Amino acid sequence: MAEQTEYKKPLPTLSNLSRPFWDATKQHRLTFQRCKLCGPHVFYPRDICPGPECFGVGSMEWAESSGRGWIYSYTISHQPAHPGFVPEVPYVFAIVQLEEGVRMNTNIVGIEHSDLRIGMPVEVGWDDVTPEITLPKFGRRGG
Amino acid sequence: MAGSLRGVAAIVGIGELKPERQRRGQDAMSLLSEACYLAIQDAGLTKRDIDGMVMEPELAVGGGGFNPKMAEHMGIFPRWATSSDTQGAAGVCMALQAAAYIQAGLASIVLCGIGAAIDPDAPRRRGGGDATETATTEFQNPFGPTVGANGWYALIAQRHEHLYGTTVDKRAKVSVDFRYNANHNPMAIFHDTPLTVEEVVNSRVIADPLHLLECVMPCAGACAYVVARADIARSLRRQPTYILGGGLGIPRNNLTHVGEITLAPAGLAARDAFRMSGYGPRDIQVREIYDSFTITVICEMEDAGFCQKGEWVEWSKDQDFTFKGNFPTNTHGGNLSAGQASTAGGCAQVTEAVRQIRRDGGDHQVPGPTDIVMVTGSGGTFAQQSTMILGSEAAL
Repeated sequence: MAEQTEYKKPLPTLSNLSRPFWDATKQHRLTFQRCKLCGPHVFYPRDICPGPECFGVGSMEWAESSGRGWIYSYTISHQPAHPGFVPEVPYVFAIVQLEEGVRMNTNIVGIEHSDLRIGMPVEVGWDDVTPEITLPKFGRRGG
Repeated sequence: MAGSLRGVAAIVGIGELKPERQRRGQDAMSLLSEACYLAIQDAGLTKRDIDGMVMEPELAVGGGGFNPKMAEHMGIFPRWATSSDTQGAAGVCMALQAAAYIQAGLASIVLCGIGAAIDPDAPRRRGGGDATETATTEFQNPFGPTVGANGWYALIAQRHEHLYGTTVDKRAKVSVDFRYNANHNPMAIFHDTPLTVEEVVNSRVIADPLHLLECVMPCAGACAYVVARADIARSLRRQPTYILGGGLGIPRNNLTHVGEITLAPAGLAARDAFRMSGYGPRDIQVREIYDSFTITVICEMEDAGFCQKGEWVEWSKDQDFTFKGNFPTNTHGGNLSAGQASTAGGCAQVTEAVRQIRRDGGDHQVPGPTDIVMVTGSGGTFAQQSTMILGSEAAL
């Protein structure tokens, strides 16, 4: 596939911790860890619980996300750190807050930059960038 | 009440290289050594007097063991040496650590410093490509962060603008007032270039909403100081600059995951610094506030308590941040206009505070009293920020 050799942007290097996340995105499912002992969702992946009262070790399990959230903050990037993004400038690098309470970095796609605002409802979509890796990106809900 | 560092130690010597866009053929260790030599000589001490060190590895110097490397490089062999690993907060943290070591009896005269190289002949690292660390880059770099820290601070600025209306025409005051100070400081990289609000607003966008002239520019340089036990300090040639209090706030590593991102950790640090020093925001006569970006300063000023959160825009209309003004801040020009030699930029905030307290500021000396000065440092993107209160003998 042509895209395979042409994809010039950084790809995640999967670790034992992160592999379940990327295995799920490949199936177009967004998942986050939550602690069996104390409950709240956690992102990025880890093997211990960071909960304020919790000392859970090996207590984290993967759970489905609704894929719905809001723009917490965003920037329209004109000067990317990595040359692979240069053809796309200006593009949107954002923090999205999910319904499960976690926040993650992503790109906002399919929304006019002048329409963007903090608090805007968004939902996950899928960018199959290589046969192995699918990146979760966010766009207008129901869009 | 917990212990206190108030008056335990003083800064007795400072040394600094002028920030430059690049310094050909000089690595961070040689730059730092030069600044250290200046600081020791300024204090009127010899190498043999130094019995403690806090050498801070610049971000690009890896491999660990930086204190022994510097010890061997300079021929200074202390009995106690550690780094602080606090990134841009280190300028302040090194002094607090030195005072704590002195109080604990681990050392009596401590050499502190940071150097940062930009050598066009040395191999340059390419940023933004690595996506290997699960806690950070793996979930960031595939989405294309803006170069350097610009995009991360843009996320703070966007949210601050959304919540409080802090648009670029308002933020520009920070750049413009600090530039005026730089125009009176011959050591500043932008000494010869004035700046207007219009120029800031019309400069190109790097990471919306941040414009070029709201962002620091990478420089090479080095900065160092010597901290001595108070009784020793009083016997040396320079007027001592006493460490009156300090603290560090660490609410997160990455903005993405934890807490309200418009809250500067300097607020947490300032609470400890004020408590320990016995002074509050209204007592502070001069501020050297870590200024990686305009928005950094605005949040730090709000959260340290100089104005209410979210009210900076209204409040700042009545403030003059120049060294001649009612609210002198970043009297040397700050990182934005004096130059940010990577994390050594935070150390230059400390040496400038010492200069002001000694009344050695030359053309940029604050005309009013300079006995009580607040200094902050900022590491990562609101990951860790330090605050320290420095004072003259009269402030003790």
